[in-house]
Amino acid sequence: MTQRKIALFVTCLVDMMRPRIGFAAIRALEAAGCDVVVPEGQTCCGQPALNSGDTDHAIALAKQTIVALEPYEAVVVPSGSCGGTIRCHYPELFEHDPEWLPRAQAVAAKTWEIMAYLDEQCGWKPEGVQMDAKATYHDSCSGLRELGVKAQPRRLLKPIAGLELTPLAGEETCCGFGGTFCVKYPAISNAIVGEKADAIEATGADLLLAGDLGCLMNMAGKLNRQGSKVRAFHAIELIAGMGDGPAIGEEA
Amino acid sequence: MSGAPAEATSFKDRADAALADRILKVAVERTAGTAEAKRAVAVDAFPDFQAARTRAAAIKDHVVAHLGHYLEQFEANATAAGAKVHWARTADEACDIVIALCKAAKAKSVARSKSMLGEEIGLPHALAEAGIGRVETDLAEHIIQLADERPSHIIWPAMHKTREQVSALFKAKHRTPHEEETIAAMAESARRELRTQMLGADVGISGANFLIADTGAICTVTNEGNAELSLVPPRVHIVTAGIEKIVPSMPHAVHMLRMLARSATGAALTQYTTFYTGPKRPGDRDGPEEMHIVLVDNGRTRMREEGLAEMLRCIRCGACMNHCVVFRQIGGHAYGGTYPGPMGAVLTPVLDGLKQSRDLPNACTMNGKCQEVCPVRIPLPTLLRGWREKSWREGLEPQSLRAGLGLWAWVATRPRLYRMGTGLAVRAMRLLGSKGWIRSLPLAGGWTRYRDMPKPAAQTFMDQYRKENGR
Ligand code: SF4
Repeated sequence: MTQRKIALFVTCLVDMMRPRIGFAAIRALEAAGCDVVVPEGQTCCGQPALNSGDTDHAIALAKQTIVALEPYEAVVVPSGSCGGTIRCHYPELFEHDPEWLPRAQAVAAKTWEIMAYLDEQCGWKPEGVQMDAKATYHDSCSGLRELGVKAQPRRLLKPIAGLELTPLAGEETCCGFGGTFCVKYPAISNAIVGEKADAIEATGADLLLAGDLGCLMNMAGKLNRQGSKVRAFHAIELIAGMGDGPAIGEEA
Repeated sequence: MSGAPAEATSFKDRADAALADRILKVAVERTAGTAEAKRAVAVDAFPDFQAARTRAAAIKDHVVAHLGHYLEQFEANATAAGAKVHWARTADEACDIVIALCKAAKAKSVARSKSMLGEEIGLPHALAEAGIGRVETDLAEHIIQLADERPSHIIWPAMHKTREQVSALFKAKHRTPHEEETIAAMAESARRELRTQMLGADVGISGANFLIADTGAICTVTNEGNAELSLVPPRVHIVTAGIEKIVPSMPHAVHMLRMLARSATGAALTQYTTFYTGPKRPGDRDGPEEMHIVLVDNGRTRMREEGLAEMLRCIRCGACMNHCVVFRQIGGHAYGGTYPGPMGAVLTPVLDGLKQSRDLPNACTMNGKCQEVCPVRIPLPTLLRGWREKSWREGLEPQSLRAGLGLWAWVATRPRLYRMGTGLAVRAMRLLGSKGWIRSLPLAGGWTRYRDMPKPAAQTFMDQYRKENGR
C-alpha cells in the first residue's frame, strides 16, 4: 500500500479533554498504511462561533484551519461535527469570497470523518483486537446527517473479538449536547440527555460508543451523575485496540 | 401547561415551566411519539419517498418564484367560479376584511374550521372584539376555546392536554356533558354541543391547505369532517389563506396532499379532503350563497426577499416538531408564537420580530432531524443559523456570550498562545476534579448542575504529541 500523507485534525475538545482519542486515531491510521501528520497551525475549527452566528470569528478560524490543512493529501477528523463543519460549512462561509472559496472547497473535498476514512478510503479493518464487552452505539447527529457516518463504525467494530454490539433505542436521536446549546439552555439539554441516558441503561450494555467527544462527554457525564456503571469510549479507541485503558471519566 | 399569555414571560421561564410539568410531557410524548412511528411506516411503504420530496420541493419553489403569476391566475378562476377574492397585506388588514364581511352578512355567530393562518392573524380575538360569536368546529380547537388557551401544535392544537384534562373541561363547560368517562361519550358530548351551534351559524370561516390556480378551487383537509359541516350550511363562506398556499393545478395539489398526510400522521390521505370551487350555483341543492377568499401576505413577500424563500415551501405538516428533541421536551406553548417547533423558530422572528424571539433559533441543537423529515426539504437548521447570524450582527446576543466567544476566537487564532492557554486550563481543571470527574465547574454551571464533567488528561494532545515526536 502506498503511504498517504494525511493530516490529522485533532479538534479542540480532543486536544484538551481526551488526547487518547487523537493517539488512537494515529494508531489506526498508521495501521491502515497512512503517514500521519498533526499540523501545528491547527486549533479549533470555529464551530462554536459558526453556530452562534458569529460569522467573522468563524471565518477567521476557518482561514487558519484551511491554511494548516491545505498541504496534505487528505484530512481526517475524529469528530463528525468538526468534520461536518469543514466539509459542509466552510464552503458556505466563503460563498461570496472568490479568493477563499476554492481553497475552502478543496479542503472540504478531502476532509473525512475518521471511521468513514478508514472504512471507505482505506478499506481497512482492525486485526487481532480483543475486547470482551457488550457495547451500544449512539449515532451523533452531524456525522450521521452531514457526513453519512452510520455503517462504517459498525463495520469497523465488528471484527473486534468478544465485542457484542447491541442496538440502542433511538440511536439516531440527538443526545442534547448541541455544542453551545447545552450551556445556553442547560435545563432543556438535561431533559434530553436524561432520556438518552435511560435508553442507554435499558440496553444492558457495559460500554457506550460514539464518534464525537462532545456527545460522549454529555452522555457519560449524565450517566455518571445518575450513578450508572456504563463506561464510555470514542469508538476509534476500541477500533485501535485501546479499549483496555480508562473510559471517559476514569482515572488513568 | 396553562395558557398563560406567552408575551408575559421569557422563553426560558416558559421552557422551565414546561419541563416541570410531567403531565405535559406525557401528553406530548403520546401524540408525537405515535406520529413519529406511523410516519416511519408510511414513508417506508411509499415508493421512492426521497424523489417525491424533491418533487414536492420543486413544485413549491416554482410557485414561490412565480407567485404573482399564479395568484393572478387563481384570482381570475376563482372569480369566474363566482367567488370574491380580497387581498390583505397585514394581519390587521386581513381581520378587518373578515369582520367587514361578517358584518355585511349580519352575522351573529360564525362557525370556524381550524386554520393556522386564522391563529396567525389573530382572528379569534378580532371576532371577539367585534362581538361576533364563534364556534370552533375542530374538536381540538373547541377544547382550546373552552380552556381559553392557544394551540400548542399545528396539527393537534390540544396535544398538550391529556384525555383526563379534556374530560374535566367538558364536564365543566358543556351544557349536557358526558356521564361515562369514555372517548365515545366525550366525543358525543362535544358533538351535541357543537352541531347545534354549527348549524345555526351565519358564516363559515376556514383556512385552505391548497389554492389551486388553474381552477380557482380551494382545498381543505380535516379528520373530523368539520370543515364540510361548518362551510356548507352557512350562507357565507370566508376563506383566509396565506399567499404561499398556491399550487398550479390539481395533480400538484394531489402530490402535496400525499406528502402532507403521510408526514403529519402517517395516513395515506386525510379522512376528509374537499375541494370547493365558488359558491352555490343555480340548481345546486346546498352550499353557501357567497364565497370570499382573503389572500394574506403578512410578511411572506418579505420572507422571499430576505433569504427565507425556502420557508415558503412549508405545508404545515408538523413533522419537524414531532421529531424535534426540544419540542418533545417543552411542547408548543413554550415557543410563545403561533407556530412552534423548528418551523415556528424560523417563522416567529418574521411575525413577532427577532428581538422578541431570538431565543427560538438559538434553542436548537442543530441535529438536523427536522430537515431529514421535512417533506419539502426545507433546510431548517440553515435558516435557523441565518437568524443567529442576524441576531449576532444586530447585537441581540447576550454580552457574556459575545465576550466569551470573542476571547476564545482571539486565543484560538494565535496557536502559540492557544497551546499555552489550553495547557494551563487543563491543569486548572484537574485541580477541581476528583476520581476522574469534576462535579462543579466555575463558568460552566449550566453543565455541572445536571451532569459531571470528565477530568481532562494531565497534558493536552499537542503537548504529548510534541514530546513524543521530539519537537
Ligand atoms: S417545515 Fe417541513 S416538516 Fe415542518 S411543518 Fe413545514 S413542511 Fe412540515
